Amino acid sequence: MAREKELTMTTILPRKDVVIVGLGWTGSILAHELTDQGLDVLAIERGPWRDTATDFNIGYAQDELRYSVRRDLFLQPAVETMTMRNDPSQTALPMRDFGSFLPGNGVGGAGVHWNGHTWRFWDSDFQIKTNLTKRYGAARIADLQVEDWGVTGAEMEPYYDQFEYLAGISGKAGNIKGKLQEGGNPFEDPRSRDYPNPPMEMTYAPTLFADVGRSIGLHPFPTPSANMSRTYVNPLGITMGQCTYCGFCERFGCANYSKSSAQTTILPVLMKKANFEVRTDSEVLHVDLAPGGKSARGVTYVDTSGQEFFQPTDLVLLCAYGLHNARLMMLSGIGKIYDPATGEGTVGRNYCYQTNAGVQVFFDDKNFNPFIAAGALGQTIDDYNGDAFDHGGLDFVGGAGINCIPTNGRPIGTRPTLPGTPKWGSAWKKATVAGYKSTLGYSSQGSSYATRTNYLDLDPTYKDRFGRPLMRMTFDFPDNDIRMSNYLCDRMEDIAKAFGGKQYSVGRRKKGWDSVPYQSTHNTGGVIMGTDPKKSAVNSFLQSWDVPNVFVIGASAFPQNAGKNPTGTVGALAYRAADGIRNHYLRNPGAPLVQA
Amino acid sequence: MLAATAGAALLAITPVLAADQADQIIRGQYQAVLGDCAGCHTRPGGKPLAGGLPLETPFGALVPPNITPDHETGIGNWSETDFRNMMKSGVGHNGVRLYPAMPYPAYTRMTEQDISNLWAYMTTVEPVSNKVEANQLPFPLNIRLAMWGWNLLNFSEASFQADPSKSAEWNRGAYIVQGAGHCGTCHTPKSFLGADQDSSFLQGASLQGWFAPDITNNAQSGLGKWSEEDVVTYLKTGVNAHSIASGPMAEAVENSTSKMTDPDLKAVAVYLKSLGSDTGNAQAPKPDEARMAAGEAIYHDNCSACHGGDGAGAGALFPTLVGNSIVAQGNPETLARVVLAGSQAVHTTGAPTTPSMPSLAWRLKDQEVADVLTYVRGSWGNSAPAVSSDDIAAVRKELAP
Repeated sequence: MAREKELTMTTILPRKDVVIVGLGWTGSILAHELTDQGLDVLAIERGPWRDTATDFNIGYAQDELRYSVRRDLFLQPAVETMTMRNDPSQTALPMRDFGSFLPGNGVGGAGVHWNGHTWRFWDSDFQIKTNLTKRYGAARIADLQVEDWGVTGAEMEPYYDQFEYLAGISGKAGNIKGKLQEGGNPFEDPRSRDYPNPPMEMTYAPTLFADVGRSIGLHPFPTPSANMSRTYVNPLGITMGQCTYCGFCERFGCANYSKSSAQTTILPVLMKKANFEVRTDSEVLHVDLAPGGKSARGVTYVDTSGQEFFQPTDLVLLCAYGLHNARLMMLSGIGKIYDPATGEGTVGRNYCYQTNAGVQVFFDDKNFNPFIAAGALGQTIDDYNGDAFDHGGLDFVGGAGINCIPTNGRPIGTRPTLPGTPKWGSAWKKATVAGYKSTLGYSSQGSSYATRTNYLDLDPTYKDRFGRPLMRMTFDFPDNDIRMSNYLCDRMEDIAKAFGGKQYSVGRRKKGWDSVPYQSTHNTGGVIMGTDPKKSAVNSFLQSWDVPNVFVIGASAFPQNAGKNPTGTVGALAYRAADGIRNHYLRNPGAPLVQA
Repeated sequence: MLAATAGAALLAITPVLAADQADQIIRGQYQAVLGDCAGCHTRPGGKPLAGGLPLETPFGALVPPNITPDHETGIGNWSETDFRNMMKSGVGHNGVRLYPAMPYPAYTRMTEQDISNLWAYMTTVEPVSNKVEANQLPFPLNIRLAMWGWNLLNFSEASFQADPSKSAEWNRGAYIVQGAGHCGTCHTPKSFLGADQDSSFLQGASLQGWFAPDITNNAQSGLGKWSEEDVVTYLKTGVNAHSIASGPMAEAVENSTSKMTDPDLKAVAVYLKSLGSDTGNAQAPKPDEARMAAGEAIYHDNCSACHGGDGAGAGALFPTLVGNSIVAQGNPETLARVVLAGSQAVHTTGAPTTPSMPSLAWRLKDQEVADVLTYVRGSWGNSAPAVSSDDIAAVRKELAP
């Protein structure tokens, strides 16, 4: 009876060629590519419509209280949260507020309020298991569950290039077609051409950081940035403006059309296409499978009035935030949910994060003017990232980029004080005045490698407002990653000493991941790509092994995370999936692109 | 491309149509582009030519009627002769006299052939049943017979007079501007009776809360600093190095000029660049220093992030304010309106970004807007007259819901 009621209440809509779940970076890229192919594309977005003039208005975009403290643009836990625990022996509890990571919401997704660090992963990251085994032996990674991606760095290069030119990345090549470039990153893989825009003009802190790094034999270079170093017209003909260094990037939308996002690089063209439609404020509940479960026949979604719709389609692209992609797979019954006890199942496997640590150096006689800043304006040292250095004599694998990227000097959040300063009161006030202009910070953004017991599944107890189980996150920093992070902290201390400030402090990463303090919104894995359907949920074109007319696009596909921000690789994977669909899948729809 | 597609679709449903007839329809569709019929007769998001949004004239509201071939509510009962007479003289089917919001004083210069082609196209438009009460003027203006007297005073049926001393290109441009393109309908000042003041042809006029700028070759207020290429780029894309189209011109670019052929745009540019003179370009008196200082401070707080500390703007994104024709007009109405209400650039293939200027009405008082505009109009080589807070108050009042 209940089932009958449900059926009569669901409105069945006319068919679309393609349904995209989530209109952020990946959804917009795929929508643009597939509408160019002539397909009729519908995007269904849980959050609201957002555009620059209305939602990132120059008159109030730089409101720290509203956007940074109260997190106006982010997903609210009442809409969707998840439960967390550190290991499988514990009982997970729901996160009542997002803290450690902040998923996005609305058109543009997390791509609206990112900082804009835009990296390429290396071939040694993509072929990590093969590479580490060959170089250090299988025993070295026995405690880890690292996997190859099923693609090479060379195969990914054209897709990275496409994304970097779409987004107008400002940077300096370190290696063009095998030829090292002065001033760029000497450790990067060969690229086919330089970045579309020159590096941003450096402020004082990263300039000093680079000088000090070079003085001790390291190789600093400008961080590749999605903040425009100059006016840029992208291949779609869309113009972006030069960044004003206002210092309101992360947690904010850009009012000046200066930070790459779906809004500033794709939507002005996409939204005018007759064969594209977006339905906002509409949440997809699950993908509906045909009898037998081997193909998707549509999606079910609900609008803000509670009205439920069935949207038939031939092709479903899950382009939500990586964590939500994983949960939608679980709720839709696509593939088998991973079980750490048996090692069976693929959905939820290899959840990884980011292993960060930071250093502050305090000076008496320097003024860094921290309010002159941009989200990705800085310098990076990759000498200790990934497998750029020999781990032969070390007790870990992986590494970190060391970044001096002073993103802002916002008055509520920027309160650096010397160690030992009281946390409130007049002594604290005095110390923040002294520390505001004269403190320099940098951090290690470390790799996060998969283990057997870091994973995602459905919570047995807690449910969302629609009665669906919440996703359960089981995660702690693996011992390998803690050893890696400590080693990086030692290297960062080398730099701190070379600075010659009056004092420095190091914030080291410890076991026992805490979901409360903000750390990083670089959640990866859960629907990982690979070559073996027993260990991966999607093939190297991000097509589901189990339901071939479903593609799952995003950082959910990373088998593990590198010591780099994920967005560049997410964008490149979106172009790879688009290439696979346009040039292969559509010739024989419904068939797997890769034979298992 | 558009024309070809429509033609192909048409051929598909009426296979007996002769090739030359299809050709005539395609040519007629281009006349509809030149005349921007859709600009008035199609509601945003509505069925093509099934009636538009009300036009607020100084005399009252007129609603552009349904001109699809629907027999009940459109022009399905009209003959080609009715249509020809309406375009030429403003007298339509059954002798109904049109108000010159319908730009027949311009269309009268169209050739018989172009009108005939346009009619051929009009008969192929999808008929839509949509009853429109076109005449919403107050008494006594709502008596259409009054237009007999108006026409007697202000209008005579005419043909385009080519100037044999000018090039074919110039004459083509003149024909489009004076005829189907009806540029003067907005850009030529009107008499108190609403008729064009021919002595001030295309020298700028106020209508519907916007000031349509001088588009003669005047160096200060007109197109004097624009190259022919600049004019073509503006009409084709809605943006060039000097300005970004806003308001009714943005709509004209979207519906009409962006769809014109390159040779026609070039001809329009050649013609416009030949008009007018630099007389009346006296430098405005130097604004009060205190107001300039106040305006400069407001400018750096509110405007410089996009338009630059030096007013230079950024490409197709943020228009330069240096020598910008909207900035340079004697009448600051459009400028004030853009600051108070905001504006969004039009989407064209050549300039798809559609950047927006946000509304600043909620954060700047009339005096502050007046000061910042006075600063902009008196800086970086601009020399347009100072703006008063009363000017701003008038625009704000007009924008109030």
